Amino acid sequence: MNEQTCVIDDKPWLDARQPPFIRIKNVTKKFGDFIAVNNVSLDIYRSELFCLLGGSGCGKSTLLRMLSGFELPTSGSIEIDGQDMAGLPPHARPTNMMFQSYALFPHMNVEKNIAYGLQRDGLNRQEVKQRVQEILTLVQLQDFAKRKPSQLSGGQRQRVALARSLVKKPKVLLLDEPLAALDKKLREETQFELVNIQESLGVTFIVVTHDQEEAMTLSTRLGVMDAGEIVQIGEPREVYEYPGNRFVADFIGSVNIFDGRVIEEDTNFVIIRSEEAKIDIHVSHGVSCTPSQKVSYAIRPEKIQMCLKKPKNVKNLLKGRVNEIAYMGNLSVYQIELEGGKRVRVTQPNTIRSDEGAITWEDEVYLWWDGAAGVVLTS
Amino acid sequence: MSDKKTFVDRMPFSQQIAGFFARIGLSPRAMVIAIPTLWLLIFFLIPFVVVAKISLSEAAIARPPYLPLWEFKDGILNVTLNIGNYIFLTEDPLYYSAFIESITIAGFSTFFALLIGYPMAYMIARAPDRTRNILLMLVILPFWSSFLLRVYAWIGILKTKGLINGALMWLGIIDDPIVMMQTDFAVYVGIVYTYLPFMILPLYANLVKLDESLLEAASDLGASPFMTFLTITLPLSLPGIFAGSLLVFIPAVGEFVIPQLLGGPDTLMIGKILWNEFFSNRDWPVASAVAIAMLFVLVIPVMLLQKAQQADGEQS
Repeated sequence: MNEQTCVIDDKPWLDARQPPFIRIKNVTKKFGDFIAVNNVSLDIYRSELFCLLGGSGCGKSTLLRMLSGFELPTSGSIEIDGQDMAGLPPHARPTNMMFQSYALFPHMNVEKNIAYGLQRDGLNRQEVKQRVQEILTLVQLQDFAKRKPSQLSGGQRQRVALARSLVKKPKVLLLDEPLAALDKKLREETQFELVNIQESLGVTFIVVTHDQEEAMTLSTRLGVMDAGEIVQIGEPREVYEYPGNRFVADFIGSVNIFDGRVIEEDTNFVIIRSEEAKIDIHVSHGVSCTPSQKVSYAIRPEKIQMCLKKPKNVKNLLKGRVNEIAYMGNLSVYQIELEGGKRVRVTQPNTIRSDEGAITWEDEVYLWWDGAAGVVLTS
Repeated sequence: MSDKKTFVDRMPFSQQIAGFFARIGLSPRAMVIAIPTLWLLIFFLIPFVVVAKISLSEAAIARPPYLPLWEFKDGILNVTLNIGNYIFLTEDPLYYSAFIESITIAGFSTFFALLIGYPMAYMIARAPDRTRNILLMLVILPFWSSFLLRVYAWIGILKTKGLINGALMWLGIIDDPIVMMQTDFAVYVGIVYTYLPFMILPLYANLVKLDESLLEAASDLGASPFMTFLTITLPLSLPGIFAGSLLVFIPAVGEFVIPQLLGGPDTLMIGKILWNEFFSNRDWPVASAVAIAMLFVLVIPVMLLQKAQQADGEQS
């Protein structure tokens, strides 16, 4: 019982009685004839770190700009903490935004940039100073208070932008590609820093990103967007392991997709005949589909087993030839050409240092996987 | 030997030229700088020295109407420097008040041009791309017709039986025409009208660079549109304001045609004084002294202009 409530506290979206903190209802945004955001409905809960993930032009930034008030929805409504946002200009909303370009004021030093929002609220000098100090300590920029933005590195600027948007303690912090301008190493460090700050302050974060790895690391839940619509919402693991359709499976991580047709369908197993794989794929759980329905079977590269000897007593067995190997250090990516010409990606961790006895180019290999390893996609 | 020749033949022409100048001790960079330097030397520095020389000589009824600065007679070089012209400038209140009036008129005109030009520049900078080019064209368009003609057109508009008075009387707002011609008002109208583009263009160049996300950020942090303008747009456009103001102020101080045509006998601007000294009084030395004095009055704002442009360059 205790465990149950704990899970729900952690994951308010599982509790139907829990009121959402941000309620986006049937929001559509048109620019002329172009539909940037198409009838999106989305509930986000208090203290969530929600990622909007999608390629460029999918409408994720437009959705963020509608939350901040820079764009107005063509139709639909947005509610934050029970308050309707319709007609509220950006400066009257309980949101703050961290811009992709950071948008730091070039004529003000770090301190004044951060104090800007507090001064607009008419706080007294003492309090402004104290709050600025607090937030500077949080982002570890105490020694840079008097510097101008042009005298800071990219990472420092990013932290000033974060501090400036957080200092007003907004109900919701909107972050537009917060890490895009940083190099890879710094980005990875900053990801964890961002999560720590979010957890310690308890502010609801909405992050827009095109980087699926970033979205997976940061978010409590993520929403995948395509062509102005949200195609799937879920926790990172859920979206990765149970993609709802072909687009999501393909967009998040890499995946092998076999097209096929259902030939046998039962409550606890399904068999799919795939011309591409030249085998019948055995799925060890029930799927809501009809016999002879066209489906796609998606399997992640790391879930495929591979070896040189033919294994015994396995169900989904393929034979192929090693076409390409990409050595990535921690793992290797193999491209295997099947007999029918279809190419399959397989990854294997590099558990030993020597390359003795390792699979190499032009080797004949056997691939197989468990009946529960893949996903049947009906759309 | 023949090997060397073919090598030279194979070199590109531009390199051959560069090689030639290098041999006589001039780098290509020095060549590029030499042209404007030479230009300034011939058309600015030498005339300046000539005027300075005349300002230190004595007036005479002669041709040219001043005595030479030096004489070489019987092995003695006689140099006569007459600073009496400058002393004369300080003694006669006419010059002093003309300087003050010129600066006052130029100053107020600059202020009005800024007041009118800033919103225009802002609008143009924020207009959609296609409209923006048309609007910029409209700002520059007056330069395509003669300046003199445009000032004459203002006479037609402002005079007692002109367009404005005609319209007001026809509408029945006034019974008797308002006297606008030959007043300071007309001079202001003329100067602001003429120099407005010089205010708009540098302001536009500055404002168009303004990053819109800064305005969004300010708004997001709780600033009303007016506050955003006051705390972000205005301070960031200061270099443009400086540049535009000086481009209006400097020529306006020495303006001659506009006060001559639109102003009355009371309008005493330094340009008019200069004209009178040169052509009516034929007192070249005093006229030159006035010109040199004016130059020094203007050197300060010119230096300010340079500084403002530097600041603008650093910012972007």
